[in-house]
Amino acid sequence: MKRVIALLMENQPGALSRVVGLFSQRGYNIETLVVAPTNDATLSRLTMSTEGDEKVVEQITKQLDKLIDVVMVTNLSESEFVERELMLIKFTKDSFPENVFDETNIVSEDNEIINVQVVGTSLELDKLISEIDANNPLEIVRSGSLGISSDEKTLTIEN
Amino acid sequence: MDKSNKSGAEALIHSLHLEGVDLMFGYPGGAALHIYDAIFNQNYVDHILVRHEQGAVHAADGYARATGKPGVALVTSGPGATNAITGLATAYMDSTPIVVISGQVKSNLIGTDSFQETDMIGVSRPIVKHSFLVQRAEDIPDIVKKAFHIATTGRKGPVVIDIPKDFTDPEYKFEFNYPSEINMRSYNPPEGADTSSIKEAADLIATAKRPVIYSGGGVNQNNASEELTALAKLLNFPVTNTLMGLGAFPGSDPQFMGMLGMHGTYQANMAMHNADLIIAVGARFDDRITNDPKQFALSAKKIHIDVDPASVSKIIHADIPIVGSAKESLTALIEELKCRDLKTNESDISEWNEQIKNWRDAHGLNHSLLEMGAQNGKILPQQVIQSLYKETNGEAFVTSDVGQHQMFAAQYYHFDKPRQWINSGGLGTMGFGLPSAMGVQLAYPESIVSCVTGEGSIQMCIQELSTCLQYGLPIKIINLNNAALGMVKQWQDMQYGGRHSSSTYENSLPDFVALTESYGHVGIKVSKFDELESSMKECISLKDKLVFLDVDVDPNEHVYPMLEAGNAMDHMRLSKDEKTW
Ligand SMILES: Cc1ncc(C[n+]2csc(CCOP(=O)(O)OP(=O)(O)O)c2C)c(N)n1
Ligand SMILES: [Mg+2]
Repeated sequence: MKRVIALLMENQPGALSRVVGLFSQRGYNIETLVVAPTNDATLSRLTMSTEGDEKVVEQITKQLDKLIDVVMVTNLSESEFVERELMLIKFTKDSFPENVFDETNIVSEDNEIINVQVVGTSLELDKLISEIDANNPLEIVRSGSLGISSDEKTLTIEN
Repeated sequence: MDKSNKSGAEALIHSLHLEGVDLMFGYPGGAALHIYDAIFNQNYVDHILVRHEQGAVHAADGYARATGKPGVALVTSGPGATNAITGLATAYMDSTPIVVISGQVKSNLIGTDSFQETDMIGVSRPIVKHSFLVQRAEDIPDIVKKAFHIATTGRKGPVVIDIPKDFTDPEYKFEFNYPSEINMRSYNPPEGADTSSIKEAADLIATAKRPVIYSGGGVNQNNASEELTALAKLLNFPVTNTLMGLGAFPGSDPQFMGMLGMHGTYQANMAMHNADLIIAVGARFDDRITNDPKQFALSAKKIHIDVDPASVSKIIHADIPIVGSAKESLTALIEELKCRDLKTNESDISEWNEQIKNWRDAHGLNHSLLEMGAQNGKILPQQVIQSLYKETNGEAFVTSDVGQHQMFAAQYYHFDKPRQWINSGGLGTMGFGLPSAMGVQLAYPESIVSCVTGEGSIQMCIQELSTCLQYGLPIKIINLNNAALGMVKQWQDMQYGGRHSSSTYENSLPDFVALTESYGHVGIKVSKFDELESSMKECISLKDKLVFLDVDVDPNEHVYPMLEAGNAMDHMRLSKDEKTW
């Protein structure tokens, strides 16, 4: 099962390398990792997904929490949450699967090339990729998962 | 508070002073020279010049382990920084509070492969609790405050402060303000007791029939040995300590089963294996203890008290997790037990203690080897430890290196007090013994500080003999000379058909007595059993001298018991031809 962990960390040099270093140091297998500053410029939010079992995820969460730069960690998959990923795909015009995409997906187009964007759960994107396999896409780019809890819980701090 | 203008270097030293530091260990070089000049111009903080940066960090570490106060080391950039790495890893694995300050190349040169540039923050990242790269001279006081706070709270550990040379420039001065407190939103280690599960813990304790108290380095670090002892006495439960935990419960007390684990006593390992309740305090169930975790103490419920949430249920599931200070959580537990006027299963407990006594009688360590004289004309390494114990009345600080000698010291010197036994348990760093002893001796100039070592390990930091002369450190080095990398050789005997691949020296060992004397100290050679006790007496009696006692011991001796890998804790080899299964 895919599990999504989100954390807030100090937006400081070295903080990201500590988080990323922890994964290799402790042998955790990470599938996706997304980092961006939050609207509070002193904080970055990092979202990662992993296939690890519950025990592994608990250890990852605890070890992340122990890092001095990490302000807060949550295992989103512990309760209802929304997971979304963005994907960009490049096709030659001749092999563009018109039945799969519509106008709203197209983000650029010239005489030879069409680029599309799709948003969905990682599973939906996986499925889509196998559907368009026969169309030989030139390039597929995935953003990695973002997550947010479905209820009133938030991963924010009060200032 | 001192608000005068200071350079970054002056601010650094003054901040250390305000943190209570009066002693630091280090080695100068280009990137640290502004700092060294600031050290020259003040009288608050003494600087001990070591002979290798590894020695500086181990010495700071030994000082921290013996005193409980943070140790400080100062090194230059590049090779100075990389030489400090083994020391940092050693402190990290044993969670000791040290602060290592490294000079760095000027900030505008960072990233250009400039002379003596090493990415210290990057290189040390996985082996520090935290690190700081200074970005402005003005930040130095704040960073020092944070560094000491982080190093000394929660699960303790080493912190690195890397300072580019331009931020210590004597020409640039700023108003010095030392923060009186700090507040870090991202760092709030558990403080005080965790009382959320104390009642459940007490319930388990009340019904236990075969309980064991298993305590580790965390109890010594947290100064919780009094509370641990009080709990054990209150309950009359048997106690075992890890290699890092020795001294937390008096080693000479009959309730003490000895060390457990890889080379733990028969009775301690058997008790763990057969227990129905394990009270783990400041210990982390590492692989040198549990053997195969899947077969570990299957019939026992586990109460786990630890300040590090990540250590609880990491390897062994904790039925009752107590995440808090060992000292205060134990106090809360004792109070709970006292106020319910606790009745343990007294008859079951005494039966259990009887069982443990029987195990001890059957296969316990022989603590009277010294009285048995030479064995096949040779001195046993265990006899040397017993002789040291006798001559020091069990009161010496004992540091050690890594190998058979370390295990013999842990098994045969009964440590009655916490912080008396100082060794590299987690990383197993050969070379730790002598420099860490320097830190201990400087902290306690009047005490007997002995370093139990092997001819292999001592040569890894032997250059520090020179430091010992410069600062008059009368350490007693007890070299259990088996003319081999004994622990390696033991494994080769047991697992590689006795093929001693690169574990002996083919007559290339130095004359340690002459070597020590050339460093200006006293060397004494012991090769016959009859000389052992008188030489040990002489060694200890030379109060003001460093003495190197080089004892030829039986090179064929193995350390036993020894857990058989891949099994439960009751699978032990008891001698070369005796095993429990
Ligand atoms: C720095 C380092 N290198 C290698 C080892 C592996 N090792 C563990 S014990 C040992 C032998 C130690 O020999 P010695 O100091 O003579 O002690 P003895 O076992 O003979 O008592 C070695 C090489 C280590 N622990 N540390
Ligand atoms: Mg040896």
